[in-house]
Amino acid sequence: MKKPAKDTEDTARLVGRRALILGGVQAVAVGALALRMRHMQVDEADQFRLLAEENRINMRLIPPVRGVIQDRNGRLLAGNEQNYRAVIVREDAGDVEAVLRRMAQLVPLDDDAIERVLREVRRHRPFVPVTVAERLSWEEIARIAANAPALPGITPEVGLSRIYPQAHDFAHVVGYVGAVSERDLEQQEVPDPVLQIPGFQIGKLGVERRMEHVLRGSAGSRRIEVNSVGRVMRELSRVEGTPGANVHLTIDHQLQNFARARLDGESAASVVIDLEKGDLLAIASAPSYDPNLFARGISVPDFQALLDDEYRPLVDKSVQGVYPPGSTFKMVTALAALEAGEVVPEERVFCPGHMDVSGRRFHCWKRGGHGRVNLVSALSESCDVYFYDICQRIGIERINDMAARLGLGQRFDIPMSSVASGLNPTREWKQRRRGEPWLVGDTINASIGQGFVLATPLQLAVMTARLATGRQVMPNMVRAVGGIEQARAEAPPLDIDPAHLAIIRRGMSETTNHQRGTAFGSRVVDANYRMAGKTGTSQVYSITPAERAAGTRTDAQRPWNRRNHALYVAFAPETAPRIAVSVVVEHGGGGSAVAAPIARDIALFALHGGMPPLSAYPAPQRNRIETMQREMQLRLIPQEISQRPRG
Amino acid sequence: MSYLEYTVTRTPTGLSKVLYFHWALVLLPIAVAEIGFLMLYSIAGGSLSPWAEPQMRRFALGLGVMFVTAMVPIWFWRNMAGLAYGASLVLLIWVEFFGSVGMGAQRWIDLGFMRLQPSEVAKVTLVLALAAYYDRLDVRRASRPVWVVLALLLILLPTFLVLRQPDLGTALLLLAGGAAVMFLAGVHWLYFAVVIALGVAGAVAVMMSRGTEWQLLKDYQYRRIDAFLDPSIDPLGAGYHISQSKIALGSGGWSGRGFMQGTQSRLNFLPEKHTDFIFTALAEEFGFVGGASLLLLYALILVFCVVIALQHKDRFSALLTLGVAATFFLYFMVNMAMVMGLAPVVGVPLPLVSYGGSAMLVLMFAFGLVQSAHIHRPRNRS
Repeated sequence: MKKPAKDTEDTARLVGRRALILGGVQAVAVGALALRMRHMQVDEADQFRLLAEENRINMRLIPPVRGVIQDRNGRLLAGNEQNYRAVIVREDAGDVEAVLRRMAQLVPLDDDAIERVLREVRRHRPFVPVTVAERLSWEEIARIAANAPALPGITPEVGLSRIYPQAHDFAHVVGYVGAVSERDLEQQEVPDPVLQIPGFQIGKLGVERRMEHVLRGSAGSRRIEVNSVGRVMRELSRVEGTPGANVHLTIDHQLQNFARARLDGESAASVVIDLEKGDLLAIASAPSYDPNLFARGISVPDFQALLDDEYRPLVDKSVQGVYPPGSTFKMVTALAALEAGEVVPEERVFCPGHMDVSGRRFHCWKRGGHGRVNLVSALSESCDVYFYDICQRIGIERINDMAARLGLGQRFDIPMSSVASGLNPTREWKQRRRGEPWLVGDTINASIGQGFVLATPLQLAVMTARLATGRQVMPNMVRAVGGIEQARAEAPPLDIDPAHLAIIRRGMSETTNHQRGTAFGSRVVDANYRMAGKTGTSQVYSITPAERAAGTRTDAQRPWNRRNHALYVAFAPETAPRIAVSVVVEHGGGGSAVAAPIARDIALFALHGGMPPLSAYPAPQRNRIETMQREMQLRLIPQEISQRPRG
Repeated sequence: MSYLEYTVTRTPTGLSKVLYFHWALVLLPIAVAEIGFLMLYSIAGGSLSPWAEPQMRRFALGLGVMFVTAMVPIWFWRNMAGLAYGASLVLLIWVEFFGSVGMGAQRWIDLGFMRLQPSEVAKVTLVLALAAYYDRLDVRRASRPVWVVLALLLILLPTFLVLRQPDLGTALLLLAGGAAVMFLAGVHWLYFAVVIALGVAGAVAVMMSRGTEWQLLKDYQYRRIDAFLDPSIDPLGAGYHISQSKIALGSGGWSGRGFMQGTQSRLNFLPEKHTDFIFTALAEEFGFVGGASLLLLYALILVFCVVIALQHKDRFSALLTLGVAATFFLYFMVNMAMVMGLAPVVGVPLPLVSYGGSAMLVLMFAFGLVQSAHIHRPRNRS
């Protein structure tokens, strides 16, 4: 069947017409594509190129080397240690678990650690190294390296980690570093990008925290080219960061070591301050803990043990601990009265062992009374009644004023954590906090450093330093930052009559060196090192009727945490004072029996620049002191040749 | 018996047929394929493996297929059209039950030396079948409903099977390709208006069915649609492909970043850079000049096909040539629109450039059919 030619011509024309329509549509579409392409590649090319660069280029931060912390003689207190660790890369390892099991035969690696690594590995992309074990010994690293063929994907690495060679001695002062927490980030207005580096550590406590800004340094950066999954292809450029500045403290590590060792076994604190510039030579708090545990990440049981310890090792008692200063406060009351002109040194007050004020009886610590005492003997024998008497003449305001001038109730600006301000109670304060009016009994309690008065061992040391020098000594702890000596100007005078100060000093001298002085047992016989001090025994809880009924008569019979605090403050040498020292022993009992001997040992060590000679001690005590010194020697960190310049 | 057999008189025979090839339509696909080799070499980081070399071998095979197809008289192919169509349906059903799964869809049969995608085969066999169908059908009956429905069934059968895989992109291409042949065959334009209206309604239904039990598409397909409508909603998820491909394309600029200098493709930001997104690599490295050149080559292939078709007095040959051209057009149109962010991401390769055997072999076979129609075209008895 042959179709007519016309028919085929027609159909061909129809197809042709439709083909042209379709071709036209296609031409329009191709044109649209071309236009779109032109628009993107010519008009918007710059914008897209920028986006491509952003895709490609990644900034990686290079963590800066943290500044080290040294003592006044350059001894390392916080340093950076090379730390060997092993990392695993999933894509190189193949069967990660099998590799880890093999590795567990070479280095300590328990099931929990393996589980943790497996979790981490799964969470990250296959080329991201995950730390398997940290702080490996050289032997362990060598073992891993020797068995490399059996451990595919495992690479030994070297990094820096923080180390505290003086361990317990400087835990409270220097503090420690730890992983950056959410809270750390929140506290900063503009968080340093370096904080986002995994594993970066930030100062958590003490100098490490307070001087974080100088210790940290600034991060360097690498511009790297990455592919779509973030793998580093190559480094494009590198800007080195600035390492953190080194910080020199004024503290003498040897004295600090001695002070802490001497305090060990008690819950106590001691501060030694240099009178010339206010340099803090030692700030010890016992018991202490090893900050290295924290820098490495402390285990829960270890941390719980520190929390549960009744002696509160985590608390820095030297600057955070606030205590009723007890009799060590009497210099303040006496000086206030002298300056007010309400009392003359020769005036005698009769102490019958108590004083009745507005229907209440206030006892002197000496039940039988001191008899007739003047200012100097009231200080040296620590008669309470004398101060009950004079405080009523001057009132709490003038006592507070003098306390403030001597540095009490003031938060000193030293780079330690939670520095407490203590308390100089005022009428307004009591009204506000207690809702009760100030009573004369409150003034009487305050006059002997009881009641509401609170001070830190640091403040007591500063107070003593100001009494010894007559200058407004300010404590400081930083000697140099980044090698630049910090300005520590000589303190201005206190504007207190030198004659009045001399009388106070005489009272302190007689406390320690007069036969009837409360600290006579802790005197120093070497004229070069003679001390002048003041004991204090501050009541935490008075003996309750219930205790009395149970037969408790003396403080020592009570449970530890209800006993009195023992305090002692002193300056030395007596004639040309160089240092002031304070010691507080929590619930230690009596200031003269417990605190004063400790303060003497520490002061002598500071003055002598090492274990003090036995000749400094009174002859009858030398045998006992020798035994003690031998025991102490074992507890000290062995020193190289002593570098500390004397004075 | 049709017009074809009766009017062929001076048709070349034997090897002399080679002289009657339409050489432009031989050289243009070769040029396009070479651009493909170049890009596959580049994105492999300057290496023939893993893509460029297998692609070259397949193209050589494809050229062979084209020549052999071209030498076989066009009436043979016309007579084989029904068989080929049936065979491709069998393959599509086969792949439904025994096919290998890739990317969440059943798409290919492993032949050992290559992975055969029956959906690609169906594209050509459908055009072949429709061309034969309309060649046999009296042109005056073409618009009668019964014959239109028959043609529609021819189209919808493979389309449905491909959609089941599910391969939305190829299904749409089949539909559009088939519709193009129907249009060329002279089916009344009202049908198309109705179908377009239904298509819009269907699109609405697809979007409405989302989240219900009778959801028509897979979740990932919906996400692709969302991402297309607004790539910024999820720039690292479903919108990632589109954003990254636009970045690559745009950053190419006028003359590109240079051969093997494309950061987007070299650093793996481009997804599927060797298959569906290969055009972005070309546009990134050779810029507008490179992209427009490829577009020009494609356009030239279309133009030559239309010109050849217009010369055909024979209805089968004309419809076949134009159908092949339309299918070819749809391939690169959808692919390019997709990478430029003008169409949703559907799995459609860039013809002759994308890495992949089935599409290339099928296209070369289609070009072979066009050549055969050209060589064996009826010539005037003069």
